[in-house]
Amino acid sequence: MAATRLFLRASPVKCSLTGLTGGVHSSLGLTLLKLSPACTAKPQAQRRHAAHFTYHPEPAPSQYGPTQKMNLFQSVTSALDNTLAGDPTAVIFGEDVAFGGVFRCTVGLRDKYGKDRVFNTPLCEQGIVGFGIGAAAAGATAIAEIQFADYIYPAFDQIVNEAAKYRYRSGNMFDCGKLTIRSPWGCVGHGSIYHSQCPEAFFTHCPGIKIVVPRGPVQAKGLLLSCIADQNPCIFFEPKILYRAAVEQVPTEAYQIPLSQAEVLQEGSDLTLVAWGTQVHVLKEVAAMAQEKLGVSCELIDLRTILPWDTETVCKSVVKTGRLLISHEAPVTGGFAAEISSTVQVRVRWEIKAFYFFYVTDFKL
Amino acid sequence: MFPFTQKHKIAFNLKIYFPYPAICKACWQLTIISKIKLVVVSARTYADFTPQASFDIKKCDVHKLEEGPPLQAVLTREEGLQYYRTMQTMRRMELKSDQLYKQKIIRGFCHLYDGQEACAVGIEAGINLTDHLITAYRAHGYTLTRGGTVREIMAELTGRRGGIAKGKGGSMHMYTKHFYGGNGIVGAQVPLGAGVALACKYLGKNELCVCLYGDGAANQGQIFETYNMASLWKLPCIFICENNKYGMGTSVERAAASTDYFKRGDFIPGLRVDGMDVLCVREATKFAAEHCRSGKGPILMELQTYRYHGHSMSDPGISYRTREEIQEVRSKSDPISMLKDRMLSNNMASVEELKEIDVEVRKEIEDAAQFATTDPEPPLDDLCNHIFYNDPPMEVRGTNPWTKLKSVS
Repeated sequence: MAATRLFLRASPVKCSLTGLTGGVHSSLGLTLLKLSPACTAKPQAQRRHAAHFTYHPEPAPSQYGPTQKMNLFQSVTSALDNTLAGDPTAVIFGEDVAFGGVFRCTVGLRDKYGKDRVFNTPLCEQGIVGFGIGAAAAGATAIAEIQFADYIYPAFDQIVNEAAKYRYRSGNMFDCGKLTIRSPWGCVGHGSIYHSQCPEAFFTHCPGIKIVVPRGPVQAKGLLLSCIADQNPCIFFEPKILYRAAVEQVPTEAYQIPLSQAEVLQEGSDLTLVAWGTQVHVLKEVAAMAQEKLGVSCELIDLRTILPWDTETVCKSVVKTGRLLISHEAPVTGGFAAEISSTVQVRVRWEIKAFYFFYVTDFKL
Repeated sequence: MFPFTQKHKIAFNLKIYFPYPAICKACWQLTIISKIKLVVVSARTYADFTPQASFDIKKCDVHKLEEGPPLQAVLTREEGLQYYRTMQTMRRMELKSDQLYKQKIIRGFCHLYDGQEACAVGIEAGINLTDHLITAYRAHGYTLTRGGTVREIMAELTGRRGGIAKGKGGSMHMYTKHFYGGNGIVGAQVPLGAGVALACKYLGKNELCVCLYGDGAANQGQIFETYNMASLWKLPCIFICENNKYGMGTSVERAAASTDYFKRGDFIPGLRVDGMDVLCVREATKFAAEHCRSGKGPILMELQTYRYHGHSMSDPGISYRTREEIQEVRSKSDPISMLKDRMLSNNMASVEELKEIDVEVRKEIEDAAQFATTDPEPPLDDLCNHIFYNDPPMEVRGTNPWTKLKSVS
C-alpha cells in the first residue's frame, strides 16, 4: 500500500502524457491496480458480476424549510406539484402520466389540478416533443415525459433541430425555453437493451439545450425546479434505479439548485473522481475503499449538469490533485467522459500526472 | 373384412377372456372381440367423424374494397385438430411462462399472448411458411407458428443456451427463418416489414410480408410513413393491427381519434376481422394474401382481439379494466373454446380425443419447462459475440478495464 502511494506521488510532471494517459493500456498502471486485493484481474468463469451500491441519504437541508421523507419519484411529484400550484400555465403530458405514470412520478396530480393540465398523449414520442415545443413557444410551461430514455430517439430531430435552435434561428423572437423533458434514465438491473440506456452523450453534441442528471431526491427536486424555471429547453434524466432506492428528507416547499454547477461531495488530494447520476454512489464507495485499502485520498465531484458543464470546478480540482478518473454508465466510445477529459487536458496540461478512463455498465444480474 | 384395428360399439360386455363374435351397435358389423378392455365403453369409429364442415363466419367490415372475404369457411378435421393443438400449446406455454416468471426463473420482460391465439394460428393458416412475418414484442405465439419449438422458446425466456436466440435475446427478441422477431421499440418494426416486402417484390418469388403492430403503435408517425411508401411502390405487405383494446393501460378510445384502425391506412384498402375466431382470421388472411400476390399493393387488416393477461408481467391487468370484462370475454369469445365447440357440435372430434391432445400438450410444456430450467446459461465467451461483422475477432472492454472480452462473428 505504501509503495502504491509513493508511486503515485512521485511520478514526474514532465513525464510524457501519452505514457500515462490511457491508463488502461499502461502496464504499469495495470500492475499497480492489480496489487489491490479487491480488484480481480480475471472474471471467474460464469460468475455474475453483480455491481451494486448502497444508497446513503444525505443530511436534510435546513435552508429550504420543513422537510418530509420522500424517495426519488415522490420528490419529482413534489416538484411537479409545486410547479402546477405556482404556475397557472404549467401542463404535464406524456404516455400514461394521467394515472400516475409507470414510475408513479405524477400520482395525484390529475385529480388535484384537472385533466386539462395533466393529460395522456398517444404513443408518439416525436409528436410529444414537437407538441411540447409548440406549447412552450406559445407561452405554456410544458413538462413532457418520455416514458424511458431509450424511447427518446424518435424525438431526437425535434429536440436537436427544433427545440435547441429555435431561439437562435428566430433571432430571439421565439423560443421554447419553457419546455422541460423528463425521462427515466440508466440501468436498473433487468432492463436490458431498451430500458437501461443513458443517451446524454448524444444530446451533448447540440448547443441550445441543457441536460441535467440528479443523484438523489433532494438534488432531483431542486434541479428539476431549476430546469422548469430555466429559460432554455432542458432534458432532465432521472436515474430509474434510484426511484425507490433513494430515500431522503426533502423540503416540501419549492427550492432551486443552480444549474451548470458541479458539486464537490468530498475533498481529497490525490485523485479527482467525476460522475453523475447513479454512478456517484458507486464512486462514493470507491473513494472509501481507496482510502482504506490504498491510502489514496479522493476528491469526488458530482457533475449534476452535463450540458453546459462546470469546467471550472473540475479543472480546479485536477490542478489540485493532478489525476482524473471519470466514470459513467454509457459506452466509453463517444461517451461524455471523452469530452470532459479532452477539455481538462487542454486547459490543465502541465498539471496532469495520470488519466484514467472507466466505464461501467452496471450488470445487476 | 374385419378390420381388427377398428373400434366398435359393443352391445354388452361378456367379460370372458377368449375371442368371441359380436355385432357392433353402430355399424352392424360382425366383429370378433379380441381384447375386451379396448373395445368396451366409449369406443367410436373414426369413420364416424365428419371429415369436414362449413361454418358461417362473421362478415368483415371493409374499407376501399368492393367485397370482403367469404362468409363461409370450410374446416377439415385435420385442420381443426391442428389449430386446436397449436392454440392449446400456445395457451399452456403462456400460462407456464406466467408461472415461471412468478418463480423468478424467467426475469426481465415478458409479454404474454393468451387470448390472442386465434390471430397467430389464423394468420399462419392463411400464408405459407416461405412468406415473411414481423411483429412487436408480444411474439411468443408467432415464434411458435413460424417454426420455433416450445423447448427453444421457453429456454430463450429463461436465457439458456438452448434458446432460440442462444439465450441472448429473451422474451422480446425471438427469431426464426422468415420471422424477423420480436421487436422492443413500439412501431419500429413496421417500416422494417415494408422493407422486407420490397425485397420480396424485387426477388420475384411471389412471397409477401405480414407486418403486425398493436393499437398503441397505430398512433406512431412511422406507421403512416410506411403506409405511404408501401402504397406508392405497391409492396406485397399485409399490415395487421392486433387491436386488443388496450395500449398497455390506455384504452383505445383515450388514445386514438379514430378507433377504426382498418381505415387508418386511408388510401390502403382495409378489413376489420373478428380476431377471436380462427376461421375468420384465416379467411381474411387468405383474402389479403391473394390481394397482395396479385400485385394490387398493400392491404390493412384490423384483428379485434383480447388479451387475458396484463400488458406485461409487471402489469396486473385489472387497474384499467374490470375482472368482469375479462371473465366475459373468456366465457363468450375464447378462441380455443369456440373451435372446440364447433368441432364437437359438428361431430368432427370427440371429447376424449381433444382431452388426449390436452394431455399431450401439457406433457410437452412440462418437458420444455424442465429443459428451460435445467439447461445451462450461455458461456461468458458468447457475451460480446455478433456486435459487428468482423473477420478477425475483435476485442471488447468488459465491465472493468482489465477484463477483455472477445467478440467473434
